[in-house]
Amino acid sequence: MIDALGQPRTVLLLGGSSDIARALARAWARERAGLYVVLAARPGPGRAAAAAELAALGCEVEEVDFEATEIAAHPALVEEVAAGRDIDVAVVAFGVLGDEERAWQDHAVAVRLAEVNYVAPVSVGVCLAQRLGRQGHGVVVTLSSVAGERVRRSNFAYGASKAGMDGFYLGLGEALRGSGARVLVVRPGFVHTKMTEGRKPAPLAVSADEVADAVVRAVAEGDDLIWVPRAMRGVMSGLRHVPRALFRRLPL
Amino acid sequence: MIARGLGRSYGDPAQNAGGEVLAPLPGAIAEPAEDGTVEVSAGTSLHELMRFLLPRSRFLPVTPGTRYVTVGGALACDVHGKGHHRSGSFGDHVASFDLVLPDASLRTVTPDDGDLFWATVGGMGLTGILTSARLRTVAVESGYISATTQRLPDIDSLLAEMASSDDEFAYSVAWIDTEAGGRALGRSVLSRGDHATRAQLTGRAATEPLIVPGEPRLAVPFVPPVGLVTRATSRAFNELWFRKAPRFRSGEIQSIGAFFHPLDGVAHWNRLYGPHGVVQYQLVLPEDRDDVLRSLLAQLAGDRHPTFLAVLKRFGPGNQGWLSFPTAGWTLAVDLPVRPGLARLLDRFDEVVAAAGGRVYLAKDARLRPELLDAMYPAAARFRALRSDLDPHRRLQSDLGRRLAL
Ligand SMILES: Cc1cc2nc3c(=O)[nH]c(=O)nc-3n(C[C@H](O)[C@H](O)[C@H](O)COP(=O)(O)OP(=O)(O)OC[C@H]3O[C@@H](n4cnc5c(N)ncnc54)[C@H](O)[C@@H]3O)c2cc1C
Repeated sequence: MIDALGQPRTVLLLGGSSDIARALARAWARERAGLYVVLAARPGPGRAAAAAELAALGCEVEEVDFEATEIAAHPALVEEVAAGRDIDVAVVAFGVLGDEERAWQDHAVAVRLAEVNYVAPVSVGVCLAQRLGRQGHGVVVTLSSVAGERVRRSNFAYGASKAGMDGFYLGLGEALRGSGARVLVVRPGFVHTKMTEGRKPAPLAVSADEVADAVVRAVAEGDDLIWVPRAMRGVMSGLRHVPRALFRRLPL
Repeated sequence: MIARGLGRSYGDPAQNAGGEVLAPLPGAIAEPAEDGTVEVSAGTSLHELMRFLLPRSRFLPVTPGTRYVTVGGALACDVHGKGHHRSGSFGDHVASFDLVLPDASLRTVTPDDGDLFWATVGGMGLTGILTSARLRTVAVESGYISATTQRLPDIDSLLAEMASSDDEFAYSVAWIDTEAGGRALGRSVLSRGDHATRAQLTGRAATEPLIVPGEPRLAVPFVPPVGLVTRATSRAFNELWFRKAPRFRSGEIQSIGAFFHPLDGVAHWNRLYGPHGVVQYQLVLPEDRDDVLRSLLAQLAGDRHPTFLAVLKRFGPGNQGWLSFPTAGWTLAVDLPVRPGLARLLDRFDEVVAAAGGRVYLAKDARLRPELLDAMYPAAARFRALRSDLDPHRRLQSDLGRRLAL
């Protein structure tokens, strides 16, 4: 149950080794001792490091093997995690970026990107919605991207997958209205993380911790859609309406 | 599902995300019996009940800081008032109640029934739905209080004054200026009193001794976009409150409303806290742990959190209610506007309170960590076991119940 101060007690992080997921867990752990964190991620040094970091902050950590593309395993995974306790917040934090040019020319890469960034979020989204709807409370936080808001030539495979999942989760939030469960869609701009390492930061770039702070606030306030940084909302709203001929020539 | 009264609990006991919340039954009051007991529906508000009883020269033995609560809510939270040191809490004056159990059977329960009675008194609505109750009342000569007000410069003088002479008054409570630190730590206004006799009344009061409390005269019309309770306003307010109180004044005739329910004069006062709202934190510490009380007050005064007056009261012994809050000692209630860092501060307080053998009030809680509940309420395990018997499918649920795994 998210309490009166907006603090969850149990958090499920799908893609729990990602920088943003870790920053989020840290942010909640700083506010409250004894946070229960389920790290659902691939086994390996990334997950172990995340688990150790959170345990050191006083969290109780459970590690669960999770592979985004193993769709068939998702329903059982969500049920098992929620067997002993309600899930207050579930964060859909996995995703791939990869090489943008290969992502539309290499068949395998393109399909995999669509699976990880669109099919898998739909899969876990359906499971989480069922579970949280039954609980009657809880928030699904999904990490979308401004790249999905106006898909552009330079990373359209990625952008299109995010556009799809963004739309799915916004709709899921509407479908869950009245059930007690909620959905929060987060649209960050450029975030400095492992995923974007080595890339030239775009204007208005933020850190994973800034995204995390914004999400913690939004969960407490009951928001359903946020941009990080906030100024991105205006930027994207402008970009959405730029004619294609002009949009093509923008250095984006 | 969960029953709701007038939703005056600061916490989440009458909320039920994704489930049903039952609205209170209409108020209904039967003529008092010879012995002064009165049968009422659970949805009757104490406001209606007082307006019914006073013209009959009777009064409720326990009234909380607001009249706008229902009998069901008062019983389920085992509420206390300014008179706890002499007359205990609400459940101590209940002759019987009717309860619809989770299996839909209706039971009339008296204190002789033991477990079910004392699990329900203070049981936060989790044992069943109360439909009516038989309450004992007390005889009064008037609807007025003869009040004694005094200003005390610090915590030492306040605690000493309460410990030595509270028992001479039917009612006693102190407002502490939580912004004052250092040597002024715990400076306060102590308000005590007794029901006024006819002979004590003069003027208008004498011609209309059994006056009943009225409806709110002021209202906060909307939620301002930012909270108006800031460090600056709370400082100014507390300072003013302290200065305007008399150093010592006794025998002042006050109305029931002014003495017991000052906030009821302003409808929707809670809106002043703005969109983020407020949490109220109420704790009780054993009488000999005033060291902890001092340390918590010092932390509040030293903290950046703005607080309007805190309320301090000396409880008498508690009753057998399994989850009843009152136990002998010092109880402190403080309103804290929601802001970053508050969760950590109150988590720290919880730990200190639990370690000192104290507890926090569930009616006002919306954030306690479940790990600490059993330390504060040793009968919590028994309560869970009883619920498993009565309600194996957990038909009764509330946010509080789920949050604290009750
Ligand atoms: C300004 C103010 C001052 C206050 N001062 C005091 C004080 O001095 N002392 C004190 O003890 N408390 C105080 N309180 C708290 C208040 O008295 C309690 O929270 C009280 O229980 C509220 O009653 P309600 O009818 O609004 O119940 P709600 O808040 O609606 O419900 C409270 C609980 O009662 C249960 N309940 C309600 N009706 C039924 C029913 N028919 N059957 C079963 N369960 C039921 C609910 O399920 C819930 O668990 C104060 C509150 C305010 C706002």
